Order: sequence, then C-alpha cells, then structure tokens
Amino acid sequence: MGVGDFFTTKLDQAIGWARKYSIFQYPFVTACCGMEYMATACSHYDIDRFGAGLARFSPRQADVLFVVGTISHKMAPVLKRVYDQMCEPKWVVAFGVCTCTGGFYDNYATVMGIDTIIPVDVYIPGCPPRPESVLDGLMKLQDRIAAGAQRY
Amino acid sequence: MDGERILARLRERFGPAVLEAGSPFGQPTAVLDRGVLREALDFCKVDPELGFDMLVDLTAVDYLKFPGREDGPRFEVVYHLYSLPHNQRLRLKVRVEEEGAVVPSATPLWPIANWLEREVWDMFGIRFEGHPDLRRLLMYEEFEGHPLRKDYPIQRRQPLIGPRN
Amino acid sequence: MAETATREIFLGEGSGTGSGGQNLHVNIGPQHPAMHGIIRILAELDGETVVKTDVEIGYLHRAFEKECEAGGYNNAIPFTDRLNYVSPLINNFGYAAAVEKLLGIEVTERCKYIRVLMSEISRICDHLTCIGASAMELGAITVFLYMIKAREFLWELVEDVTGARLTISYGRVGGVRADLPDGFAEKARKAFQETREVLDEVDRLLTGNRIFMDRMIGVGALSAEQSIAYGITGPLLRAAGVAYDVRKAQPYWVYDRVEFEVPTRPTGDNYARYLVRMAEMEQSMRIAEQALADMPGGAINVDFEGRPIDPASYVDRGKQGKTEGLLLLPVTLSPNLEGQNRRALERVLTHDKRVALPPKETTYGSIEGLMNHFMLIMEGYGIRPPAGEVYVPVEGANGELGFYVVSDGSDRPYRVHCRPPCLPPLAALPRLLEGGMVADVVPTFGSVNMIGGELDR
Repeated sequence: MGVGDFFTTKLDQAIGWARKYSIFQYPFVTACCGMEYMATACSHYDIDRFGAGLARFSPRQADVLFVVGTISHKMAPVLKRVYDQMCEPKWVVAFGVCTCTGGFYDNYATVMGIDTIIPVDVYIPGCPPRPESVLDGLMKLQDRIAAGAQRY
Repeated sequence: MDGERILARLRERFGPAVLEAGSPFGQPTAVLDRGVLREALDFCKVDPELGFDMLVDLTAVDYLKFPGREDGPRFEVVYHLYSLPHNQRLRLKVRVEEEGAVVPSATPLWPIANWLEREVWDMFGIRFEGHPDLRRLLMYEEFEGHPLRKDYPIQRRQPLIGPRN
Repeated sequence: MAETATREIFLGEGSGTGSGGQNLHVNIGPQHPAMHGIIRILAELDGETVVKTDVEIGYLHRAFEKECEAGGYNNAIPFTDRLNYVSPLINNFGYAAAVEKLLGIEVTERCKYIRVLMSEISRICDHLTCIGASAMELGAITVFLYMIKAREFLWELVEDVTGARLTISYGRVGGVRADLPDGFAEKARKAFQETREVLDEVDRLLTGNRIFMDRMIGVGALSAEQSIAYGITGPLLRAAGVAYDVRKAQPYWVYDRVEFEVPTRPTGDNYARYLVRMAEMEQSMRIAEQALADMPGGAINVDFEGRPIDPASYVDRGKQGKTEGLLLLPVTLSPNLEGQNRRALERVLTHDKRVALPPKETTYGSIEGLMNHFMLIMEGYGIRPPAGEVYVPVEGANGELGFYVVSDGSDRPYRVHCRPPCLPPLAALPRLLEGGMVADVVPTFGSVNMIGGELDR
C-alpha cells in the first residue's frame, strides 16, 4: 500500500465519521408511521443524540430520505421526484412495513414496497415500528454511512 | 317526531314514488323512485316538520353479488340525513341500473354533496346529473375502472410509475 | 426590457407582456413541510391574497372499504386502527358497535365503561397532536415538544391496556380484547395529572400569546349555517356555536351516565377551534375519571383455589384428552395473554357464543370450547350477522364518525363504509382559505386537523 492510498483511506474514514453524526433528514411523512416518527423525534426518544435531530424540509438540502408511511400509486411519482431532487450522496430509510413491502395493504391502491421505485438503504419494519427499533435502524444507517456505502 | 311519522309524511307527499319504507334496526329508511329523489331531498331539507338540515353521508352499494338480488338493479345510492333541531336520522335510498347509472345531484342543496358524489363516481361509476365538476376524488385520472365495484379484483394495480404488478 | 423580465420571473410566463398583473398559481403539497398530511392545494394568488383554491385528496387511499369486504368481521378491526391513526380506539369501538347492532347484541357493563374510558384517552391524544402540530407550524416548537410529551404519558396507558402504542386493535365485535391491567386506575390518574400540568403550561404559552392570537383570530372562519350545509361536525361545528355532540344527542355506551359539558365558541375561527379543543381535553379527562370511578367489576385478578399450572402443560394435557377437571384448574397465562383469563373475559366480552371467542382455558380444556373456537375462526364460519344494513355514529375526535355496514348474512361484511369526520371540513377548505392571505393557509389547515387515513381511507 502506497502512502497516497493510506491518506485517501484515512480521509474516507474521517469523512464517513463526520457524515455519520450530521444526518440532515427529509421526513417524507404520509401516514400512521408519522405519529411514531413524531414520538421518536421529540424529547422522550430524542434522535438528536444521533445527530439526526434537524429535519431539512427541502430535499435539496437533505442527505437522508425518511419515507414514513404508506405510499399509494397516486403518491409514487411524488416520492420519485423528491428522491431525484436530493443531492448526492444520499440515503433512503424505509420506515414502517408499508414502505418495506406494502404491509397488509395488498390491494389496488398501494405500492408493494418503495424499493420498486427508489433504492433503499435501511428497512425498519413494524406497523408502526416502535421508537426503539427506529433508533436501531438509525444506528445501522450510521454504520453504512461511516463505511462509505453510498451510491453515486 | 318519531320514525313512523317521518315515513308517513314522506308517503303522503310522494305516494307511490316511495317504493319501500320501514325502520330496520330502528333507523327510518325509505327507498325512493329516482324521478322524485331531488324533490324528496329538497322536501326533507325545507319542510319544517322534517327539518333534515344536514347531509351526513352519501355512499353507494353494489348489489351484484348479494344473494337474492343479483338480477335486480345493480346499485343503490344511500343518503344519510340528520336533523339538528329534531335530533332525528333518516336514510334515503335510490336504486339504479348499471346501464345509465345516473342520479340527480344534491350539490345545489348541500355543498358537501359535491365531494361525496365525486367519491361515488370514482368508486362506483355512478354519474350525478347536474354536478358542476364530476372528477375522480380519491384515485388518479389515469385509473381505469371503479374499484369498489364487486367485479373489480382487489389486487388489480394500475401503477403510474414502477413495475406493473 | 429588464423590467419585463423581472415581472416574468416573479409573476409567471407571459405576465411581463400585458399591462395588468397576472394571478400567480402556487401548488402547495402533496408533500409540504408545513403541513402534516398529504393533500394538494392549488392556490391562485393575487399578490398575497388567495383568490381561488382547488383541493385534491386521495394520496393516502389504501382501499379500506375494499379490504374490509375481503375478510371476516373481526378481520376489519386492524384496518379501522389505521383510519384515524391518532385516535384508533374510537375507530375500533365505532366499527364494533356497528356490527353489534347488526347482531343485536349488548356488550357487558364493564366493557361499556372501558370503551368510554379508552375513547376519551384517544380523544385527548388526538387533540394534543392537533394543537401541537398546528402550533409548531406557526413556529412554536416548544408547544409541540410539550404536547408530544403529554401524549407519551397517555400512550403508556394505552400500551398497558392494549399492548401497542398506536395501532392497537383492541376492540372486538362483542367487547374488547382484554381486561384492564392491575393498578390501571392509579396510573391513569397520575397520567391525567401530568397531562393537566402540560395543558396548563401550553395554555399559558399560547392562549394569551400575541403572535398566536394574531395568526388565529378571525382567520379561516366559517359560520354555523355554512358548517351545517357542509356537514361539518365535531370541534369545528362547536367552534361555530352549535352544541352538537353525538355523545349528548344520541348517547351510546354509558355517556348518558357521566357528567360533562359540550364546550362551544361563537366565532368559528381558528382561535375558537383551538379553545374548543383545549376545553374538550379537560372534559374528556373528566369523563375518563368518572368512568374509572364508576367502573363495575371490582378487582380484575381473582384468586383461584388449587394449584396453578402453566399454559404449556395445560395445552399438553388437553391434547392428550385428559380434560377431566381441567376447566377447574387455575392457569397462569403467558404474559401475552394478560387480562384474557376466563374471569376477565367474562367481564369484558359478550356472552354470546356466536360472536365472542372462548377464553383459552376453555378452548384447550373442553371439546365444546375447541369447537366454539373453530366455528368462529374457520373460513366460511365466523360471525354471521343477519342480512341488513346499519349506520352507527360515534363521536370521533374530529366529529361524527359513522360506520355503515351492509351484511348479506354471510361471515364477511358485504360492504363497509366509513363516514370520515374530516372529509367535510376539507371539502369546505376552499371556502375557509379564499379571501385570506397565503400565510393563513397553514394555520387554517392545521386547525382543520386533517387525518389522511380517514380522509382518503
């Protein structure tokens, strides 16, 4: 390993470490899971501890897209558009079972998992997931970010 | 004013156009002829003795697969009225065939009927004559068919983007 | 030339060429940061004044009504949770009450009290979320944090009873799933006390707050006549001065046995809606406390005589056919079945065998119980109400929540229709917004308390 390789590796690690604690998220809240998202974001569970407390309500300023709640076929183009508007590097969290697989809404109106439309990094199942599992999912996302596992 | 009195009042006003009347499960219910529906709704609203000033709900039922009613008129449009001054409820129904499923609109009487009728059009494909703007309410314009009809399969998806099923 | 270009940038294409200004079209939503709910408002603006709006809904249509037709009567309960996900208990009980009316059965006294108690807790959660979210959208994030803190206290109560925080599926046709846990009354009183403290703080933060009042007073007003014409019920109608409340007008369960007031306000604007909601929370706690005090049935866990046995060996003995005397044995049920032993279920479930699942002791301890269980669970059997149709209204958090259920005599509902309490206010939203300023869209939308799940179903 050359000296140059050594420095770029270390630099990647440093950037990954910095990014992992400055998650600017965009909450794409549609349904029931939004109530649990609120609970997670507020003082009882406090996602600020993970550096993810600040929600940026503009996709262009956000790093992580939290897709919270059922996505219907009517909403799917909107979700795709918001995802496309986000700048690289970007990550997607599927919050709740509806976004993971469609959940128990197996019918004409709902999308069977948002990964049919956009790529997903972390799946948090549950209907809705308890705040504890959201925090667990968030830490898994931090591991991914620190490892530099983003798509360009 | 009890349920019997309400139905009697409707009968004396509209006579044979009241096809059926009764109080199943304690709720006064009248099945009306489509021709007098608009007039009957207006009568229920303005008649001081009835005073049904609130259109609580408007929906429809598809009787395509209902045992014993497969051959009858396919749809039933159901109006639930409530009278604030008399604290009374009334259910009015009108039966329509699949061919030419058109019902007079109640939008001039109650503005809420605008959205409720759009929903019924969206879900059942029943048209409302005189409606100012009969668009789909819940589904998107590209959607084909009317999902709450009994012959629409529950899993027939029509995605706008992404894989088709 | 430069001026024309500037005009075009600010007022839209083509506006620079004509002499007069052109109205600006602004698309708010479906995914907008300042609005908790997915709805699209197409607004036409003249300067900052809203001239015309078109509201589009349906972004959360999840086919509730179609899904209900696909399963048995009790299978629809989880779907009703997700209609109004801020107060799911009321939805559960409303649907169950409609099917019970079809069946012609009466729930037990204790169950009625539990339903009233849990409905009121749910109503408080709903109002807390509504006020918290609409205050946050006006910039008062502190209020939101306080309100969610209070909601957390109440959710802990809900979790104690139902096992879940949000989507609880606690109602059953013929009763509720389980009895209240030990020491619930004490916990509930404590939680109410904490909630009252939070409400007191919020009251001091908001009610006399100059900024809040300026944004809310006289904004988004609707007269009583217009509200009635739009079919608006609940806090919005009461804020316009009409004291209509289903709990008072057509009392169900034990609402005629508890004392409470129906708060009203004369003005019908956003501020009045805020005050009505604040007053209603206090009334809800009053009802809940009375229900706790009057609840019949006494202690829940009753001492049995004889030796306790764990559920696994109980089942084993049942499977081996050694059922003799099994029904007399007291069983220590697994923690998942807390509040569902035989004594508890007798109190909270109807005694009608066509409807209520037998307790697990009976299912495993006697052949009759096992048959009864299977007759209710198997495809093609289950609960079979007589053919007919009912419409049952209950007072939801946003107004009259009605379930219209049509039965064809089979084990599946032929049609279930929900009368969502927040659809009429949304239909009236253009009228609330037009003529106001574009900045008033957000507080008005917040005070309407739109819940996507029940609006789009």
